[in-house]
Amino acid sequence: MIHFDKVSKVYTDNCAALEEVSFSIEPKEFVSIVGHSGAGKTTLLKMLLAEEKPTKGKIFYESTDIHTLKKGEINNFRRKIGVVFQDFRLLPNKNVYENIAFAMEAAGRTDEEIEVDVPYVLDLVDLSKKIWNFPHELSGGEKQRVSIARAIVNQPDVIIADEPTGNLDPLNTYDIVQILKKINDLGTIVILTTHNKGVIDSLKKRVITMENGRIIRDDKEGKYVI
Amino acid sequence: MMWIKIKRVIRSGFYSFWRNGFVSLSSILVMVVTLFVIGSTIFSGVILDSTLQQIREKVDINVYFVTSTPETDILDMKKSLEQLPEVQLPVVYVSREQALIDFRKRHENDQFTLQALDELGENPLGATLNIKAKDPAQYEGIAKFLDNKGSLSAGGNSIIDKVNYYQNKDAIDRLTKIINSANRLGFIMTIFLIIISILITFNTLRLVIYMSRDEISVMRLVGASTNYIRGPFFVAGAIYGFTSAIATLIIFYPITLWLGSTTEDFFVGLNIFQYYASHFGEIFLIIVGSGVAIGSISSFLAVRKYLKV
Repeated sequence: MIHFDKVSKVYTDNCAALEEVSFSIEPKEFVSIVGHSGAGKTTLLKMLLAEEKPTKGKIFYESTDIHTLKKGEINNFRRKIGVVFQDFRLLPNKNVYENIAFAMEAAGRTDEEIEVDVPYVLDLVDLSKKIWNFPHELSGGEKQRVSIARAIVNQPDVIIADEPTGNLDPLNTYDIVQILKKINDLGTIVILTTHNKGVIDSLKKRVITMENGRIIRDDKEGKYVI
Repeated sequence: MMWIKIKRVIRSGFYSFWRNGFVSLSSILVMVVTLFVIGSTIFSGVILDSTLQQIREKVDINVYFVTSTPETDILDMKKSLEQLPEVQLPVVYVSREQALIDFRKRHENDQFTLQALDELGENPLGATLNIKAKDPAQYEGIAKFLDNKGSLSAGGNSIIDKVNYYQNKDAIDRLTKIINSANRLGFIMTIFLIIISILITFNTLRLVIYMSRDEISVMRLVGASTNYIRGPFFVAGAIYGFTSAIATLIIFYPITLWLGSTTEDFFVGLNIFQYYASHFGEIFLIIVGSGVAIGSISSFLAVRKYLKV
């Protein structure tokens, strides 16, 4: 479904962030990507979101080379991917309901669909009581759950979670990982990057290990080995 | 769908204006200064125009005819002067008799002068034509026309005794120069001030949008289209402009009221408050139009930088 074909990324200062990276992700897979800071994990995800172009190589989503898409097509493509960030990146001037509704509005959904779906996804992440709160009134764990609700509300094919537990305590980390697992069980591809050994070891799912812009391990039921 | 999108963009613009209270307030204050400069430029332009008009109206030239000139010749000349494009109508004819009556009236307390006049036995005053040009620069042309006309009339003898243009020439020339430079300087200053204040507003709105750059990138990553992201900023910019314009118009009320009588005394007859009241419609349109245009266009341009994701 997603295929990286010998992808390299060299920044202007001749520093290679990725070197000839190739791998595929199949439907319904849960893939964790691990590696030290600077190993190239975030660059990889940015390229999958068409935020950055590869210097060499191609990235396919189904049969489409995503870096040949036009601007309007990129917007449509991004609606198939939900993103969860380490720093939540909620819109500060919108309340929880509006933050999630915004993603649906951007996808061109109707007001009626929004009124039904937003409370539904908030119920899924157990945050129904905070529907009218603003982000600054929420704890870190709650913010991350809003962020996940926003990512899944358009029923994307893929969820990208870029260190989603980096700012959370162990209890919230556990909750967030359980939610991601539940999303994956429902058939959505989840791509997770994390530094948390406990999370990776407990998942017992595929692990891609990166170092200096290269893939050094790709294990079906991997562990956190660096 | 289009209508739903427009509705969402406008609603989102209003929310962002309302919820960013402090930022909105500071943007409005900066824009009030800009619009105040634009408004003041309108008022100072009016004051300058009216003053120059007053001065222009005080400038004229008088043609004094020799006493023996028949009235028909003078009226002929009046007619031909009135056909000149540079002459402002009407050309005023003062007959010998009227000139005498005016003279007597002017000197009614001066018995010696009146006695001397009586002793002459006949009317020593010639008829005059009073001419005003549409533009002070055109007096020279009119004077030249009179020179030619005068020498050709009454069988070779000039019917014109004198034209007072040549005595006033220096003053008229200087005035023409002052008027032209005042107009030019006023125009340059206006453009300069307006450009500076627009730049300040643009920069303020850029800073406001700079604070939202992360927000814009998130909107991008959830798949929002360029116009859907830009729209609310555009609407909020327009609201900043509209609110600032209304505030500026309110501020102008007490200021012009206070300055009204002063300007009336100083600039002979122009009451700035009355001008504001009688031209409120136009001023409203200019200030509100400028506010909304500056606010929305600045926001529109400022967002562009962060839409590249």
